Amino acid sequence: MLRLEQRPTPSKSMLYLTPVMAVLATMVVGGMLFAALGINPIEAIYLLFIDPFVDSYNLSQLFVKASPLILIALGLSIGFRAGVWNIGAEGQFIIGAIAGGGVGLALWGSEGWWILPLMAVAAALGGALWAMIPAVLKIKFNANEILVSLMLVYVAENLLAQMVQGLLRDPSGFNFPESRNLGRNDATSLPDVIPALGIDGGGLVSLILLAAAFFLLQKHALGFQIKLTGESPRAARFAGVNPSIIIAICLGISGAAAGLAGLFELSGAAGKLTIDFPVGYGFTAIIVAFLGRLNPVGILLAGVVLAGTYIGGENAQFILKLPAAAVTVFQGMMLFFLLGFEILINYRIKSVRRAV
Amino acid sequence: MDFSSLDPVAMMVLLIGAATPILLAAIGELVVEKAGVLNLGVEGMMIIGAVTGFIAATTTGSPMLGLLAAALGGAAVSMLFAFLTQYLLSSQVATGLALTLFGLGLAALMGTSYNGIKPPRMARLEVEGVSDIPVVGELFFSHDPVIYFSLFLVFAVWYFLNRTRSGLVLRACGENHDAAHSLGYNVQLIRFGAIMFGGACAGLGGAYVSLVRVPQWTEGMTAGVGWIALAIVVFAAWKPWRVILGAYMFGGITILQLSLQALGVSISGAYLSMTPYIVTIVVLVIMSADRKRASLNAPACLGTSFHASH
Repeated sequence: MLRLEQRPTPSKSMLYLTPVMAVLATMVVGGMLFAALGINPIEAIYLLFIDPFVDSYNLSQLFVKASPLILIALGLSIGFRAGVWNIGAEGQFIIGAIAGGGVGLALWGSEGWWILPLMAVAAALGGALWAMIPAVLKIKFNANEILVSLMLVYVAENLLAQMVQGLLRDPSGFNFPESRNLGRNDATSLPDVIPALGIDGGGLVSLILLAAAFFLLQKHALGFQIKLTGESPRAARFAGVNPSIIIAICLGISGAAAGLAGLFELSGAAGKLTIDFPVGYGFTAIIVAFLGRLNPVGILLAGVVLAGTYIGGENAQFILKLPAAAVTVFQGMMLFFLLGFEILINYRIKSVRRAV
Repeated sequence: MDFSSLDPVAMMVLLIGAATPILLAAIGELVVEKAGVLNLGVEGMMIIGAVTGFIAATTTGSPMLGLLAAALGGAAVSMLFAFLTQYLLSSQVATGLALTLFGLGLAALMGTSYNGIKPPRMARLEVEGVSDIPVVGELFFSHDPVIYFSLFLVFAVWYFLNRTRSGLVLRACGENHDAAHSLGYNVQLIRFGAIMFGGACAGLGGAYVSLVRVPQWTEGMTAGVGWIALAIVVFAAWKPWRVILGAYMFGGITILQLSLQALGVSISGAYLSMTPYIVTIVVLVIMSADRKRASLNAPACLGTSFHASH
């Protein structure tokens, strides 16, 4: 018979091994799923997990998908560390794109290096303010931030629908519900930095913020307070940490990061606002954050892996006629496996012989 | 604008239809939370119910078999959550989110070849003579069986929780799992059962959307109803009867905003579509503002894992 036995201290090696185990288990069980769908599992696994990192065209798309995931997950991870559950990043992503895109559209026709940074500031502010709604309602009225932030995703989606039909609609676009193309306009589009990996200006900023988050969590007192609040709220209060401020900071940072990611998507990959602008990065980023162990370096790796499944998934749709939804199943499965394997960090499995 | 085209009786009938999926999902989640488990996967279980119910109903031609399949489907995916949280002690919040993400993906995958098909119609339970009485007949005797079943289910849950010994044991697991364990009850198994009941209810609610409310299959068709059901449990202060009140109130708001859109009021449709979500937030704020009362109502062990060390 198998029994769980608590380890005296959490296992360091398991902490790093479990995400790898989760990815491997997803390949195995996912392969079975493909076989059940009548698709060659080896070919599908190759397309999803290997091909995105060897094919040069795929590589040039890698950070186009990975950057928004990494940036959003980075913000979320800071909150998750403190036990602040912002799961409305998708909404903050949309609001960031509306706010930043709105500034860009308002300045349409102007030239200057300052336009793009101004849009980025507006996007980060927009996302942060949108995330302040659940923060204030949590601090003042004790309302559950999970439900409030999630409800605001639907509100943001409707607001986007309204904006592309009204205020932000392309005046010369024959009444199509979409904005002007900010990605094809010099002043509002992101410059390329490393095209071979798909890193543009937004990707570069994401990587810089990754380093900043690493510094915040490892070296700064605020990072310590955030981690302490998550691990032991009582101890944090005795240490003089104000939980309300931590809630506001965590939601503010994650909202700003998601808003910024929204603008980068708009000025880069998407180009214009349409009703189909949000593609679920805000939700996939939750998986990235957990798979990366809420650690900046881990999030970088996890973001790249998940971006690979997006790119590989698109190719597999084309080559193997894999249904688009299969990738979402894969991503969900990965999170399930990770959460299941996590028990090995604090417990070990022991086989117990029954006494005769 | 012509408000006379709004028939209050017809709107009441529509309201009940819009409220029933929320009611079913919320009463299931209430039992889960009473056992001390917070399952944020309601949306995922609902959409699985919606697709399995739809597939079963269209292949067999029987809506009733569809509902049965939906309940089984919802319960089946909830077992993933139950196993992970109860036996592998994973975080309930994270696992619930995983269940929602996974459920949305799996449902879309299962439903790819079922877009644009009409499901078999569900017959209404009509009493000859009585159902034709104006107003009363329409309001009380013209619904499909699921609506009557959902109200019966609320009564059954109330009776089980408050009038039976097993209900008391279930609540003990939610209030103080260590005490329940020391009295010899298998906390993990009881919670496992409660989670499966919640999954079956959410699945039924989902099938009601795809078989009766809409009726067709589209990706992501539950559109946040599962999350609203979670908020309704908070609104109801974990009391079964108040779940009816909450669900019907939301049904009312949904129908009202849809009718206003149909009437062509000067407010844009997108703004009106936001209202159910905004009202959910307002309701959450009102119910949570009094911290003392909110914490008295909630089961004391809600959201915490239990592991017996001996």
